Order: sequence, then structure tokens, then C-alpha cells
Amino acid sequence: MKQINAILEGVGSVVQLLFRSLSYTGSLPRQGARFIEQCYMIGYTTLPIVAILSFFIGTVLALEAGYAMQDFGAKEFIGSLVGLSMARELGPMMTAVLLAGRVGSAITAELASMKVYQEIDALTTMNIPAAKILVLPRLAAVLVMMPVLIVIANIVGWFGGSVVARYVSYVGISPQAYFAALRHYTKFKDVMNGMEKAEVFGFVVVLVCCDIGLNTRGGPREIGAAVTRGVVVSLILILVLDYFVTKILL
Amino acid sequence: METSCSKTRNPFTGAEANAVGVKVDGVSKTYAGTEVLSNISFDVLPGEIFVLMGPSGSGKSVLLRQIAGLELPTVGTVRVDGQDPSLEETRDRVRLALVFQAGALFNSLSVYDNLALYPREHRSGTEASIRERVMHALRILSVEDAVSKFPSELSGGMKKRVSIARALVMEPQLLLYDEPTSELDPVMSATISEIIATLKNEYSVTSIVVTHDRSLALTIANRVGILMDGKLITLGTPKELAATKDPALVDFLYPKIDIQNPRFKKLENQKTS
Repeated sequence: MKQINAILEGVGSVVQLLFRSLSYTGSLPRQGARFIEQCYMIGYTTLPIVAILSFFIGTVLALEAGYAMQDFGAKEFIGSLVGLSMARELGPMMTAVLLAGRVGSAITAELASMKVYQEIDALTTMNIPAAKILVLPRLAAVLVMMPVLIVIANIVGWFGGSVVARYVSYVGISPQAYFAALRHYTKFKDVMNGMEKAEVFGFVVVLVCCDIGLNTRGGPREIGAAVTRGVVVSLILILVLDYFVTKILL
Repeated sequence: METSCSKTRNPFTGAEANAVGVKVDGVSKTYAGTEVLSNISFDVLPGEIFVLMGPSGSGKSVLLRQIAGLELPTVGTVRVDGQDPSLEETRDRVRLALVFQAGALFNSLSVYDNLALYPREHRSGTEASIRERVMHALRILSVEDAVSKFPSELSGGMKKRVSIARALVMEPQLLLYDEPTSELDPVMSATISEIIATLKNEYSVTSIVVTHDRSLALTIANRVGILMDGKLITLGTPKELAATKDPALVDFLYPKIDIQNPRFKKLENQKTS
């Protein structure tokens, strides 16, 4: 019963924070510097790790597909498998997982530390809502940067697959054949579906991590606990939402 | 007691401002079944310096947080200029500043940006006028050299001074201080006392000061309230307190070292050997 209460409280708190943040949307044009700073944090600093991970996801997909398909003589379909898998599922999912680990943890740690060291209280007495200057720019930044990250993740992942397709002996198909299959079976709609998923995941990760950070109570030890909670809750939500969003988009 | 607005001047621009009164009515606060404040009532007049004293753990800072609107009382009400200070609308109307014991400066911002945050967010003035206000406040506290530093580069005392400067930039109508002279040397403590007194005498800013510092309290206060175990045990002018015969108050206000105390004797022996 206690756990159910805690979950309901958490959901209520996140929803409240969402509406409070959205009520300050009009202030966003005056928060350009904060928005750009968050775009840098969410987009630019996450980009290298997203690129590395996507490259190797692409290579592994091509390896596995090549190994399984060589017996059926269906190796020319590797491109379509890598293309669709990256665009519809693995690109958005893995980027969101990285976002939770890399950005979500940093957001929770920063806001939890501000809460513990009374910086949030100072903002409150100055009548500067935390939802306005700390949460809203992050939510806006993640909405802008997630599609950029997804496009790069997809391109790098597809390229990783093509490298394996070309150079691994038992796969051995030409890049032209690989990309022809990829282009033929991966539609623009598939890429857009992946982006929509990624927007939902990214938005939820940032919102939940902000909420957990802002609700931290106690001393420095609780900052670490809040970070762990932020990442774990984000990962669970990504997996749960993945099912429902996929169901809606299909 | 009259606790509504009185017309005064703004500490920086000299324009008319409103000093506000505070009414604390039957406030109790309970954390996890433990009562830390018990049925506290008092009024603070506009432009008054009200000092809250008491031993550690007596609930002074908790009471200050209720007055600042950072927490809601379990029972009772707090009103600042007749309004609930926890509401955003009240803070929109009444400029309320709190000087936190540990400074609570924004670590990701420079000292300048810490001070400029409030006027920028509330769009009060051009960047040039904000700069003027910020530098003026830093000069009053003798920390203008720290303007481009970050809080992590400041000592505890400097953080406290910057924190007071940040409160001054807000041109507050009600200024709350949580242990303003802790971690400060005697010279800076005297400066802070002067600043609190100047804000009251020349600009009629209402001030509520939580402190352990007996000499600060008795020097600057119009009235002093003493909290013990979450209860307001006395309220009076510094003169009235100085003349008190209540043994509990005398012990608190004028603590004596009991040289017959075995612990004191043990320390003395260690020192001799």
C-alpha cells in the first residue's frame, strides 16, 4: 500500500511540475541563453557517446543478421533489417537510455544539490520559480535535440551495418546492395515514428529527473540516492512507454 | 497591534516603498510526530527589527522558514502584510528576502550573476542600472573584489556577505536573516549590525533576525523574542530583557562558566600538565 501511495504521489508530482513548467512557456523567448546552454548539455555532450553506441549497434545487427541469413541466401536483406531496426526501435530506445544515464543523472544531481544546499529555497524567496528557469529550458532543449540525436544515431548505425556487410567475410555484400535494400524498406514514416518515440522518451526522462531532483530532502547522501532513483525510474519508464508508444504508432 | 504597510523609501533609489508587518498567529510545526514549534504568536511592526534568540534546536530557523513561506505551519497562520507568504501572488507584491545561514548562493553563477538574477528575472531596470545596483550592494558589504568569482572560490564569511548583498539588491520590504553574523570576524559582525540598523533607521525595512549573537541582538533589536524548546518564552525590548530577574532568562542571556564543574576542572588540569 505504501509503495502504491509513493508511486501515485510521484506521478502527481511529475504532472504538477509539467503543468507548472508549461504555464511559463511564454517566458521561453527571454531564456535564450539557458535554452542554448541546455541544448549544448543535452545534444552536444551526448553526441559522441550516441554515435559510438549506434555505430556498434549497427555492426552487431549486421553481424547477427548476416550470420542468420547466410543459410537462406537472404543476405541482401541485411540493409532493410538494420535500417528498420535502427529507425523504429534501437535508435530511439538506445538514445533514450543514454540520455537517462548521461543527462538524466546530471540533471538530478544538479537539482538535488541545489535543493539540499537551499538554492531552490533562495529562488522561491526571490519569487523565481524553479519550474520556469530550471525545468522549462531543459524540456524545450530535449524536444529540439532528440530528433537531431536520432538522425545522427540512425545514420551512424546504418553506416556501421554497411561496414560489417562489406568487410566481414561471411556477410560480404556490397555497400550499394546494402543501402539499396535499406532505402527500399525503410520509409520516411519509419524514421518519423522513431523520432516521435524518442521525443516522448526524452521528454519523460528530463521531466522525471527534474522532479526527483527538486523533491530531494536531507543531506549530501540523498543526492546520490536521488541520482540512482532518477536513472532507474527513467529506464523503467522508457521500457514501459516503448510498448505503449509502439502500439499507438503501429 | 498595527501590522499593515507604512510608506517609506527604497534603500537604493530613495523612491517610496512599503515596509510591511508580519503577524504570526498560533503557529505550531510538527515533523514526523515531533513538535518543533508550539503555539507561537507575535507581531512584527513595519520598519521594526525583531530578533529571535534561543539555544540551538529551539526552532528559530524553522520559524523563519514559516515566515518566509518556505514551509506551511501545521497549525496556525503566518501573514506578511496581511497575506500568506507561501503564495506566489504575495511574493509578487511583497519583496521578501532571506539571508540563509550557509549563504545559499547559486554555485553555477558568478557573484555578479547571483546578485543580478533577481532584477533580471523581474525585469527591474536596464542592464546598466542593474550593474549599478549590484556594485553598490557589493561595495556596502566590502566584497566588490569578488564580483567575477564563483561561490566555490569564496570563504564562508565572504559567502555570507555576498548573500546579504544579494538580499540588498532585491530592495526588500521584509528582510529575514538566519544567523547573519555566524562565521564572520568581529569587525565584519559589527558592519553587519550597522547595515541592519541602517536599513531600519534610514529606510524602515522590516527585519527579522535569527541569531545566537547576544550582543548583536541587544544592540540592534527593537524587540527580542526568546525561543526555548519550540516555545516563545518571552518577548520584550532589550531594556526589559536586560532588567529581567527570570533565572532561566538570566542563565541564557548571561551564561557563566561554572569553575566547579568537573569537566571544566578536567580541562584546566590537562592545560596545566
